[in-house]
Amino acid sequence: MRAFPLAAILLGATALIGTAAPTAQAQKAYEGVEINLLTRPGPVIAGRLEERGKEYEAMTGAKVNVSSVPFADLFQKLLTDWATGTNSIDVGVFASGWAVEMQDAGLLADLSDFVAADDALKIDDIAPYFRDFNQKIDGKTYLITIDGDFQMVYYRTDVLAELGLEPPKTWDEYLEVAAAANGKDMNGDGEPDFGSCMFKKRNAQGYYAIMSIAAQYVQTQGTGQGIFFNTDDMTPMVNNAAWKAALEFYKASGKYGPPDELNHDIGDTRALVTSGRCAVMIDWGDIGPLSIDEATSKIKDKVGAVPLPGSTRVLDWDSGELVDCSAETCPYAVDGVNHAPFAAFGGWSGAINANADPQVIEAAYGFLSYMNQPEQSNVDVTMGWTGYNPYRISQFENVDPWVEAGFSREAAENYLGAIGDSLNNPNMASDLRIPGTQQYQGLVLDREVARFLADEISADEALANIEAGWEEITEDFGREEQLGMYRASLGITN
Amino acid sequence: MAASDARTGERPGQGASAAFSTQPAAAGFGEWFDRQSRHLFIMPAVIMILIFSIFPLIASLILALSRVRLRGGGYNIRFVGLANFEKQIFGSEQFHFLGTFKGMSVLGWAVTVIVGALLVWWLITYVRGKVWVPGLIGRLLTASVLFGITVLFAATLFSGSQFGTLGVSLFYVFVGCSVQFVIGLGLAFLCAQPIKGRTFFRVVFFLPLMITPIGIGYAFRMLADTTKGPFAPVWQWFGLGDFAWASDPWAARIFIVIGDSWQWIPFIFVVLLAALENVSRDQVEAAHVDGAGGLQIFREITWPQIAPVAATVMLIRVIEAFKLVDLPNIMTAGGPGIATESMTLHAFFAWRAPDLAQSAAISYLLLFVAVVLCVSFFNLVVLKRRAAMA
Repeated sequence: MRAFPLAAILLGATALIGTAAPTAQAQKAYEGVEINLLTRPGPVIAGRLEERGKEYEAMTGAKVNVSSVPFADLFQKLLTDWATGTNSIDVGVFASGWAVEMQDAGLLADLSDFVAADDALKIDDIAPYFRDFNQKIDGKTYLITIDGDFQMVYYRTDVLAELGLEPPKTWDEYLEVAAAANGKDMNGDGEPDFGSCMFKKRNAQGYYAIMSIAAQYVQTQGTGQGIFFNTDDMTPMVNNAAWKAALEFYKASGKYGPPDELNHDIGDTRALVTSGRCAVMIDWGDIGPLSIDEATSKIKDKVGAVPLPGSTRVLDWDSGELVDCSAETCPYAVDGVNHAPFAAFGGWSGAINANADPQVIEAAYGFLSYMNQPEQSNVDVTMGWTGYNPYRISQFENVDPWVEAGFSREAAENYLGAIGDSLNNPNMASDLRIPGTQQYQGLVLDREVARFLADEISADEALANIEAGWEEITEDFGREEQLGMYRASLGITN
Repeated sequence: MAASDARTGERPGQGASAAFSTQPAAAGFGEWFDRQSRHLFIMPAVIMILIFSIFPLIASLILALSRVRLRGGGYNIRFVGLANFEKQIFGSEQFHFLGTFKGMSVLGWAVTVIVGALLVWWLITYVRGKVWVPGLIGRLLTASVLFGITVLFAATLFSGSQFGTLGVSLFYVFVGCSVQFVIGLGLAFLCAQPIKGRTFFRVVFFLPLMITPIGIGYAFRMLADTTKGPFAPVWQWFGLGDFAWASDPWAARIFIVIGDSWQWIPFIFVVLLAALENVSRDQVEAAHVDGAGGLQIFREITWPQIAPVAATVMLIRVIEAFKLVDLPNIMTAGGPGIATESMTLHAFFAWRAPDLAQSAAISYLLLFVAVVLCVSFFNLVVLKRRAAMA
C-alpha cells in the first residue's frame, strides 16, 4: 500500500468545520499537485466539485481542475483519453455502470487499500448497495460514490388532494392521475398545465425511464434476477410482453405531457416541474431538494414522492407473456403489486486513472474521499442544484439537515422514506454493469425507444431490433465473458 | 522560362556554365540540386499531406475493416473484412443507414423507371459521340449512384416508408443548398443594385456566417420552443400551442434546414455579390439601351457571367452540407426517432458509444457518396460552365 497522508486531509476537514485549527504547514500535503477531473457540465454535479475542490486545495495544496463535456460525450472522452495513453484526465466522475468496461480494460486505479485505511470515509455509513455494488467491481473498490441514484415518482400533493386521488401505486394509476390532472392550472398563471412530465429526448438521459418502468414487470425474484438478460445464456430478456407493456405505458404518458416532450432533456422537464406545471413525473432524487429552492421553485412543500409504481401483472420468463401476481410469481409484492425500484444510473461516482502519477492518485483519492465523507456529503445532498442524492444511512436517518435546508419535516420524511424504501427493497433492480453498457443502452435501446415514440416503428419492431442489437454487441464482446460479468454484477457467484 | 526548361527544371544557360566549371564535383552537385529543387521544395507540403490527410484515411480504412476495442495502452483490433459495411447496407443497421423497405408503390416504380430511362438516354447520348474511356467510367459511376439514390427515395419516401441517415443527408444537401442558393442569389442581386443603405445590408446579411454553428443550434432551438420560447405566445395565438415541431419528422427537418440556411446564405450571398459586381456594366447598359427587360438581361448577360462562380460556390456548399452535424445534434439530437439524423451525426453517435469501427465504416460510405456526387457535379457542371465561358 502507498503511504497516504490521510491525517492531513482529516485535519483539514476538521479545520473546515471549525473544531480545530491545525497549522497551515501541516495542511499542505499535496502542494504543487494538480488533479484534472472530468465530468458533465455544471452546476449539476460539476458545480459542487469545483467548490469543494477549492476547499480541498486550501487544505492540502492540491489544485482540482474541473472540466466538463456533455453527458453523452463523457464516457467516450474518458475511455479514449485513458486507453490511448493521453492521460490528460486523472479523475472521471461518471455513471458507475460504465466503470466495468474501463476496469476490464485495466484503466482504473484500485482504491481498496485507500478505503481500508480511511476512517474518515465512515464506510459502514454508506448504504450497502452503494458500498458493495456501486463502488466495487470483482470485490475491489474502484469507485467512490458521491451521489445515490434511484428513479422515483413525484406527485403534486395539492393537486392530488384537490382531485381526491391517492399517489399512484401502479402504472395504470399513474395514467389515471395524469389524465385527471391534465389541463388544470396548477401554478396559478391561468394557463393549462400537464398531467405528466418525463424527459424523452434522444441521446440524453431519457432512456433510463423505460428501464425504470420495465423493471416493475420484469423482475420479481429479487435483485439477482436482473432485468436485461437471461442469467444462464445471456439472451436478451427484452423481446417480451413486459417490455412491450412498458413501451406502451411510456408512449401513453405522452398524451398528458407537454407537446414537445420528445425533445425535452432533463433540464427542460425539471424547469417545468419546479415552475409548477406537472402533476406527476418520473425523476431521480433531485426533485425533492429542487422543490425547496426559494429562487426557482413554485412547489415548495407541495411535492410528494413514492417509489416507482409497480404492476399486478408480471413477466413469465419462460413464455414471455404477462401473468397475474401470485405468491409464487411475485414473492416481494405488496398488496398484490410487484415493485422493483430501479437504481437507474447507479449514481455519479469518481474513479481514478490507473496511469496517473502515484502522488496524483493519492491526492485524487483524498479529494473523492473528502466529497464522500458525511461532513460534506450530508450537506451537499440537501441542495437540489448539486445533483447529489442521498446514499448514506445517516442521510436517511437524520432528518434535521433536511429541515435546516428548507424542507418541512413531513416533506423530508416523505422524500427520504421513498428513497429508503427503494434502497431497502429486496427486489431492487440493478442497472446494467457490464462492458458495452453504453452501446447496449445509449446506442441501441435509446435509439429504438426514440423511434417507437416517434411512431416510426411499432413496439414489436422496436423490441425485435433491441434484441438483435444487444445480441450483436454481446457476440462482439464475447458471450461467455459478458455472461460472467453480468452474473457478477447481480451478485450471482455460483 | 522556356517551355522546355520548365519541363526539365533547368535554368537557361545552366548547361553551359557546368561545361566550363573548374570544380566539376561541386558543379555536379549544384546541377543535381537544381534539377531536384522543385521536388525538394514541394516535399514538405507532400509530407504534410501524407501525414495529415492520407494517413488518417488509411488508418480509418483499417478501422472500418475491423472490430476495435479500446484497452489500456491502446486498441484490440480484429480484422472482419467488409462486415461493418455489410451491416450498414444489408444487415441490422440497414434501416438506420438506408431506410425501411416495405415494398415499392406505383409512384415509386414510376419515378424509378423515368429516372432510369433518363440516365440510360444520357449514357447512350454520350456513347454515340466521341467516347473517352475514363469519362465513360465516370459517367457510369455517376449514373449508378444517381439511380441508387432514386431507388432509395422511390422505395422509402414515395412508398410510405422512412428513409435513413443517407436520405436525411441528401435532403439537407439538395433541399438546403437549393434554398440557400435561391435566397443568397436574390439577396446578392438586391445588394448589387444602387439602393440606399446597401453597405449596411451587406454587413447584416454577412453576419450569420461569423457565428459558431453550436450557438446557432441553441439559438434556433430556443426560438422554436413552442412552450417557453420567445415566440411561444405567437405560436399559441396562431393556435399552434399544441404543435411541436420537434415531434414531427418533416417539421424538424425543415427547422434544421432553416437554421442551416440562416448560417450559410451569407456565404453564397457574399461570393455571388462579388461575381455580380464583376459583370460588365457596359453590356448591361447596352442591353438597356437596346430595350431589353430586367429578366432578359439577367438571363442573357448576368447569369452566363456569374454561372461559373455560382457552380463553384455550390460545389463548396454541397461538400459542407454533407458534413452537417452541429444543428441536428443540438436542435433535436437526431430525433424524433432518427428523422433528422444525418450520416455525419450517425457516425458521431457510433463513435461516441464508442464503436469506432462502425463509425469509420459510415464515414467511408459518406465519403464515397459525397465524392461521386461532387466530382460528377464538378466535371459535368462546373467544368462545362468554365468551358462555355472560355
